[in-house]
Amino acid sequence: MKSHTLSLLVENQAGVLSRVAGMFSRRGFNIESLAVGTCEEPNMSRITIVVYGDDLQVEQVMKQANKLIEVVKVSDITQRESVARELALIKVVAETGTSRAEIMQIADIFRAQIVDVGTRTLVLQVVGDTKKIDALETLLRQYGITELVRTGKIAMLRGSKTVKSAK
Amino acid sequence: MKTGAKILIEALQREGVDTIFGYPGGSVLPIYDELYDSSIRHILVRHEQAAAHAADGYARASGRVGVCLATSGPGACNLVTGIATAYMDSVPVVALTGQVPTGMLGNDAFQESDITGITMPVTKHNYLVKNGADIGQVVREAFYIAGTGRPGPVLIDLPKDVTTNQMAGDGGDGGEVLLRGYQPTYRGHVRQIEKALALVGEAERPVIYAGGGVVHSNASAELLAFAERAAVPVTTTLMGLGSLPCDHPLNLGMLGMHGTAAANYAITESDLLLAVGVRFDDRVTGKLEAFAPNATIVHIDIDPAEIGKNKAVDVPIVGDVKTVLATMLERMQKHPQTEGWRNRVSGWKQRHPVTFPDDDHLRPQYVIRQLSDILKGEGIIVSEVGQNQMWTALHYCFRKPRTWLTSGGLGTMGYGFPAAIGAHFARPDMPVIDIAGDGSFQMNIQELGTVAQYDIPVKVFVLNNMFLGMVRQWQELFYDRRYSYTELPPVDFVGIAKAYGVDGIRVEEKDGVRPAIEAALAADGPFVLDFRIEREENVFPMAPAGAAINEMIGVHQE
Repeated sequence: MKSHTLSLLVENQAGVLSRVAGMFSRRGFNIESLAVGTCEEPNMSRITIVVYGDDLQVEQVMKQANKLIEVVKVSDITQRESVARELALIKVVAETGTSRAEIMQIADIFRAQIVDVGTRTLVLQVVGDTKKIDALETLLRQYGITELVRTGKIAMLRGSKTVKSAK
Repeated sequence: MKTGAKILIEALQREGVDTIFGYPGGSVLPIYDELYDSSIRHILVRHEQAAAHAADGYARASGRVGVCLATSGPGACNLVTGIATAYMDSVPVVALTGQVPTGMLGNDAFQESDITGITMPVTKHNYLVKNGADIGQVVREAFYIAGTGRPGPVLIDLPKDVTTNQMAGDGGDGGEVLLRGYQPTYRGHVRQIEKALALVGEAERPVIYAGGGVVHSNASAELLAFAERAAVPVTTTLMGLGSLPCDHPLNLGMLGMHGTAAANYAITESDLLLAVGVRFDDRVTGKLEAFAPNATIVHIDIDPAEIGKNKAVDVPIVGDVKTVLATMLERMQKHPQTEGWRNRVSGWKQRHPVTFPDDDHLRPQYVIRQLSDILKGEGIIVSEVGQNQMWTALHYCFRKPRTWLTSGGLGTMGYGFPAAIGAHFARPDMPVIDIAGDGSFQMNIQELGTVAQYDIPVKVFVLNNMFLGMVRQWQELFYDRRYSYTELPPVDFVGIAKAYGVDGIRVEEKDGVRPAIEAALAADGPFVLDFRIEREENVFPMAPAGAAINEMIGVHQE
């Protein structure tokens, strides 16, 4: 059992996300993360889904996803050379001068940006893989995180390969 | 300028639709107004569920796409069981539903239900048409999706303003369908086919396990030819009955929970299993690890997701069963030496025939066998679900595909009677008989109104034991005879039929069975036979749930 990152090329129709997500839950899969957005082709979207399961289960859910009429291509890019990123916004308590300075230092090390400065809080924006964001979250927890928002993971194959051709 | 409803009807006519089963209501008034003087015949059912089952029965009996129509909200929701039934058995149905006007969508308007959301898990695909200009294209796609690849139901939801509004053009004639995300594979991979043939040539104890896919793909002739050329015994699933004549020497009958001893033993001992248009359902396999434990498995199916879903497969072949079997026949060179194996299998057939105590009592198996003897395969048999279904599967001799319609996957009680109505419109030349129990007949008994109104000559044989028989059987065998809520009070079915204007006979003695069947078949119109059968008759053989299929109880010893 391990996490698999699936990349789906889908037709950008109303309800397609609900079809895909519904099929995953119906077949007993918990979606760990999901990100969806338009892509380089007009009227198409890409969905990146992270699921947990053994190889056979993931193969089955990919086949089921492929059966959805609006799904054009499904790839498991876990085993392949790929770039994967998440983005997180973290609102952290920064009431004293010391904690403010420390937080900004940590942000610097993680190449996170301070995107909002309030009288009592800072909002950090960080981009990276899951582990990097987890690590930053752990470090910031001592100051008090009042809110944290993470996007789902998005991923792409390295080099000239793409998740494209008709299935 | 035409209304959306007019465009819809024209699109249906282009698809060759001759019959629609439906029930009107507020949101479909524009469609019904167009139907009023259309050439398409509309059959008014008494409950929308029956419309969906009738479309399903029409599709199964004919191989064409069946069509049903219901209004928004409750009408659409009432279709759901029928749509799910068709989905589980891969039946091509297009369900049309009315919807509240687009401007009111999502407002909890009167008779609004999110039917595309509700049916997402039980349709192959569905559409909510928000623009009248799309109707032609959507209808074209819906019929294409429903009827190709692995068939299945498709729903089209039509808001009232979309069908009311006038527009120029023909709503997009559709023409050729190009769906990037839907390209079924019909031809099997030649290298895989060669691998399978090599295994067939070497096999010592091969068995063909054939299912509903053979019927859907109209591949009975190819299956028979292949089985005969290779001299391989065949067992069929409940859904595959009729794809091979019951009395063919290579036919072992049905396998699985209520399979024959010969079929279940042959599967267990086989060294090569050719799985053709099947899905290794739990009612077929029993305990999975003990299903064909020594066999190399070849699996032919048009749906890649079925391959390896429940059971690991050695040689997968994705493709249309008919096309793949034809290729295999062309390329087959080496035949297996199966004489010893066939003799062994025949031995099981002789020693453990499917039988029943043929004494003076009125037993359901006797009724089925008499019907089988009279019809000689020249009829369409529809069943409900439960003991009536299993007795029919075991004791009726099916000789042709599409003469046996039953809800296998979903197991829907109440399916049979309306499906029989649909079957009649697909095959008016054939007698259509619904084998029912007293429980399941009462789930859609209101359709007596439909058969009376249109004088539809469907015959209903109620195997009346005043029990929900299959559940009672399980309670007897596994719950210490504690008959918890399975006893039904007696019902005068003939009286009910007569109240609707349908003729009927009650049969209480064995002697009365044959004359009653003959009278029912001779009658021009619908007919109800109420057979008061042995109340606690069981279906045997039976492999208890979770057991291996060769661990059967109630196997007859000759």
